[in-house]
Parts: sequence; structure tokens; C-alpha cells
Amino acid sequence: MFLPRPEPRPATVEVFVGDAPVRVPEGATAAAAVLLAGIPAIRETPVTGAPRLPYCMMGICFDCLAEIDGVPNRQACMVEVKPGMRIAPQHGARVAKVEA
Amino acid sequence: MQTSSPSARTAFDAIVIGGGLVGAAIGYGLQRQGLDTLLLDEGDIAHRASRGNFGLIWVQSKGLGAPHYQRWTRGSASEWPALAEDLQARTGIDTRRQQPGGVTFCLGEEEFERRSEYMAQMQAEAGNFGFEYRMIRAAEARDMLPGIGPEVTGISWTPYDGHASPLHLLRALHEGFTGLGGSYLPNAGVADSTAAPNDFSVHAAGRRFTAPRVVLAAGLGNAALAPRFGLSSPVVPERGQILVTERAQTLLPMPTVSLRQTAEGSLMIGDSKENAGLDTVTQSPEIMRSMARRAVRCFPWIADLNVVRAWSALRVMAPDGLPIYDQSEQFPGAFTANCHSGVTLAGTHANRLAPMIAAGALDPELSLFSARRFDVPATA
Repeated sequence: MFLPRPEPRPATVEVFVGDAPVRVPEGATAAAAVLLAGIPAIRETPVTGAPRLPYCMMGICFDCLAEIDGVPNRQACMVEVKPGMRIAPQHGARVAKVEA
Repeated sequence: MQTSSPSARTAFDAIVIGGGLVGAAIGYGLQRQGLDTLLLDEGDIAHRASRGNFGLIWVQSKGLGAPHYQRWTRGSASEWPALAEDLQARTGIDTRRQQPGGVTFCLGEEEFERRSEYMAQMQAEAGNFGFEYRMIRAAEARDMLPGIGPEVTGISWTPYDGHASPLHLLRALHEGFTGLGGSYLPNAGVADSTAAPNDFSVHAAGRRFTAPRVVLAAGLGNAALAPRFGLSSPVVPERGQILVTERAQTLLPMPTVSLRQTAEGSLMIGDSKENAGLDTVTQSPEIMRSMARRAVRCFPWIADLNVVRAWSALRVMAPDGLPIYDQSEQFPGAFTANCHSGVTLAGTHANRLAPMIAAGALDPELSLFSARRFDVPATA
């Protein structure tokens, strides 16, 4: 569904969307990697469970929320990729970790 | 020219000025009593305290030194289940009411001692009406609430407290009101008006409306409106700020006075108080910081959550912080209703106050809420 625009920047950074490796240019966002991965949704909303993919790509809509390197509810469009980054789906509301 | 079309109607049994939580609850109650009611709403230029409300149905800190207020608040909390059920049945809207009791946190020994004295005094003032509460030490509180911080020395608990969604409540009251045949007119700030005993007229949205009853429920706007109806309502704004976190899976089994988790999972942090005039645009970092810090001292795990929204709104405060309810002596049929607890008091406003207004007389239990209390010269 999504293709990168023709550009000279080589896709040199490998990240994981779910378990699938995706290569994106340096400086790309995690949300761009999500779109290139071609998955149907990166999160389900907390209240109705509706599936979502990145939408605004500028930090406004929160539809790109993902668990990135173990941190839940991150706005993937605001996070720059790093080699080996793990971008996992955000299923509903996050869990706040309460120390025992 | 007479017509039965609601949009062209100008004569009503009651006109309620103010379409926020107070006006909508009273309007809903009046309409349910069978009074043809017109609800005038100023529109989005209004201060809209109801849109900024924190959403507590709160009893345990209300009315020290004013037992009538404690009773009125308790009464409202006890009316809430019936109101929520009634609204749900009529409109299908769930107000997200939960009344599992509530707690106030004490950080440090001094706060615990002060709170213990406060609650004991509340109970003493309740007399035979009773006031159930417990001061609970941190060790036991840890079993009631998840992940309490090390600085927490204890909590006060009462079974009367709860919370609800202010926006769903407001929506339900409006839907309920119009569903019962009430006439709602937005963008209808009151221009001029006339007052005679049980005979009022109000100009709004370019039209003139008449009724034998008028209820002033315009929040801060009441200060200017009241004198035109032989009433007084010396209310001033008190700003409160609110921080909202991202949604998290439900952890909090009950609300606290400054922290609650909504039905949808957001944590709301509130309870700041400052005098900032009519400014609801500015957020002050130092106040936001101290609110967030206290929340984290209560529940350290909150520090991991992202804050996604913040806003400020204006409480409607009488000089003593209590509600104002009055009927005009000069122009019977004109009433005021002012408070800073539009959610908590929705129960009594709809179920008790509205029937009194419909009957034309406020019960004696409300006489202490008259603004005449501010006319009495202070004695040494």
C-alpha cells in the first residue's frame, strides 16, 4: 500500500516491525517503517479495539502508538529509527508497571 | 401571533439561564416535573466550567464548619445512582458513574494528624446524621490501592465518594432535557431582561421570552445577572488546572481527591487552586509540576505515564466556598443556583432543588445557602 518516494537516500537501517525486518533510510521515523512493513494495524484503540495505522505523521493524531524497544504507547512518527529497533503493536491501553 | 411550534414558542413555565451542569440539571428536573422549560446557553464564549470539571462526586472534604453543606453534598451523592439510572434509561448515555468510596492521601505524619482532626471534626458536626470514615495507615492502605509511595503515611476514606464523566453527564442532561420536550437554545446570552413578581422576560438570541419562573444558573455570569432579579451572587473565579495521562489499564479501584482514573483508562491529576482572574488559556509550569510531583509521591508508577493533555478552568466560588441558592424576595419566582461542584451536586439539583423551584419555595434546609449570609456584618 505504501512505497517510499524515489530518493537517493539508501535504506541502510534495519529495524523490526513485529518480528519482520524492515530496511529504512537513516533519519526515517518508526512510523515510516510501520507503513513499509505492510501490516494491517499497529495498534488497537483502548476503548473500542478499532485497528489503526500511522495517519498524520506529525505527532498529532496518536494513531501510530506502538511499543518501541519495550516502551509502550510511543508515538512512532516522533521516533527516529535506530539499527535493531523493535517496533511492536500496541494492543489497547498500556499497562502501568506497579512495583510490588 | 401564537403558534405551537417549539422553535417559535416564547412563553414558558420556566426559563433557566445557563446550560452547564447546574442549569442543565435543574432544567432537566423542571422539565421532568412537567414544567415547559427553556434552557438558554450562552455558547462557546462562556467560561464553560462544566467542560473543565474534574469529575468527582465528592463528599469527604465538603462542609467543615457548615453541616448543612455536608448534608446537601451527601444528599446529592445519594441521589446520584437514581439520576444516573434515570438518564441512562431515557437517553442511553452512561455517565460512567462509580461510587466505590474515595480517599485523600496524607504525605508525612503532620498531614495524617491534620487530616485525622479534620475528619473527626466532620463527624462531630454531622451529629445524629452520622459520618462514616476511617483513617487508614499506609500498611493497610497498600492492600486497598496499588503501588503507594513510601512517603504516604496514610489515607482518609469515606464510603460516600465517587466519580463520573462530566462530559457524558452534561450530554445526558441535555439529551434528557430535550427528550422530555424541553427547549434548548444555544448562543443565547441574555441581553436585557425585566422582572416583576412571578413574571419575567428575557431577551436572548434576538427574541423575547417570558415565564413566571427564572433560574439563574450562569456560573460566573450570575454575579452580573442576579441584581437584575433582586438577587445577589457575589461569585468570583478560582482557577484549577488538570493534567491528563495516556490511557492505561485500570489500576485504581477508587478516586482520590486529586487523582482519578476514568472509565476509559486516563489518569486525571487535579485539585490545584489559584487566583488568575478569568485566564483559562495560560498553564503555569510551576503548578503543573507540583501537581505531577504530588501524584508521583502518592503513586510512583505514574511517573512512567505520558501526560497527553492539560487544561485549566474556572471554579465558581462564593466568598465562603459554599453554594448559593436563593429565591428573590423582591421578585418571587426568580432563583439563583451557584456552586463549584456541578458534578457532585447534579443529583440534588435535578432531584431535590428542581422540585422546590417548581413548587415555588426553597425548603428551609436551603435557607443557610442564601446569599444574605454575606450581608451579615462580621462579629468579633
